[in-house]
Amino acid sequence: MCPMSETPNLWEELIQPGATWSHVLKRGTALRITDVEGGANVGGLFYNFECPTERYNMPDTLKAQHIARLTAGYVLYSDMGRILLSITGDTVGWHDPIGGTSNRKLVESKYGPSSYQKDRNEYHKNGHDSFLVELGKWGLGPRDLIANVNFFSRVDVADDGAMSFHAGNSKAGDYVDLRAEMNVLVILNSCQHPLDPNPKYEPKPVRLSIRQVASPQLDDPCRISRPENGRGFTLTERYFL
Amino acid sequence: MSATITSGKNLVESKLRPEDAIYRHVIPAGDPWIHEIKRGQYLRIVDLHGNQAVDTLFYNAHDYSDRYSAQDTIQQQRNLYLTTDTKLISTTGTVLLTIVADTCGRHDTLGGACANESNMVRYAIEKRHMHACRSSFLKAVIEWDQGMSKRDITSNINFFMNVPVTPEGKLTFEDGISEPGKYVEMRAETDVLALISNCPQLNNPCNAYNPTPVEVLIWAAVP
Repeated sequence: MCPMSETPNLWEELIQPGATWSHVLKRGTALRITDVEGGANVGGLFYNFECPTERYNMPDTLKAQHIARLTAGYVLYSDMGRILLSITGDTVGWHDPIGGTSNRKLVESKYGPSSYQKDRNEYHKNGHDSFLVELGKWGLGPRDLIANVNFFSRVDVADDGAMSFHAGNSKAGDYVDLRAEMNVLVILNSCQHPLDPNPKYEPKPVRLSIRQVASPQLDDPCRISRPENGRGFTLTERYFL
Repeated sequence: MSATITSGKNLVESKLRPEDAIYRHVIPAGDPWIHEIKRGQYLRIVDLHGNQAVDTLFYNAHDYSDRYSAQDTIQQQRNLYLTTDTKLISTTGTVLLTIVADTCGRHDTLGGACANESNMVRYAIEKRHMHACRSSFLKAVIEWDQGMSKRDITSNINFFMNVPVTPEGKLTFEDGISEPGKYVEMRAETDVLALISNCPQLNNPCNAYNPTPVEVLIWAAVP
């Protein structure tokens, strides 16, 4: 459903296991994230680069589309009624918007002590600190820390509200395509999911590729998937008029 | 989904008596409220007329950048719903408050707060003018005059709201499970700033299209 394959990669890059990454994804381009080995997790935060107080909003994204999972046809809303990113392709079927990220205490209790002095670049990273470091490079900080997305991971919710990590959600070669509808500051890290029961520190690498893509047409699957998204695209297009 | 949770170990009544409270205030429908709760003090929110959404944020009173985190809270307890014994966790992992009594049984923290802009997306672009929670949040923090701004408005709790997630990953807005007089009570585990928008939403059946007042009460710390 995505015209991405018709255009050449502008560039390609690997996020190493447990590493951070950021980029201003321009309107008219799309980012493909590929799970290289299977079982990856990619934590993501998203901001309007021109005015970062406008930022990804988990509740607005979920309630506008009546979802607690992300896949192709859905979009990521900012807190200003606009669409930051559209999910135009997905071979996984479920990406987690609710499970959050890990922090130092959790990583230490799960995987034991670790330090740069002892482990060099294999030292254990956590999602919270990774987000803060990458946000800091753009002049942003703890006040800009918001609910994140976990690509390639799935959290199941039982009737009583119990949350459980769904193992084996993503396989080697699976990918998700994110089309930028605004100029979006994308903050990523490849730390393990906080609810991943794997007792070992084993974050996975992911490959990134960026391409130019056509702007969404009137019959764009993300635009017509819900009447709410039609209005979301209208408000986003007005921002650029 | 049954409309009312009538039993369960999480349904706990408080022994605190309203006449002993050191502070009582009725928040009119659609108004904000901002107030410090000291460590050890108890905060009760009473749904006076039933099924009123009480959109609530908490901050570490000594560092507003350390604030309530919906994701950390549900992740730590591995459960989506807030009720008795839920620890309300901050972005740095601090326990801000613990829910110690709950006569409703379930509270939401995924649905967020309404805004002029999200109303335009959800209902109609012509609804921009309608009063919304995030405008109340902004008004309250501007009047609080301690340097807070939109950057500090984040994903909140909706006390008395029922927003279940299905096994297929759908988010549903079910009929309310609250009733007149039901309440939730929390003990502050550190000094916190509480920020409430008593939701003015008129487009959503959750409150029967009729926002109503709620009462907040504070008791002193037990010596």
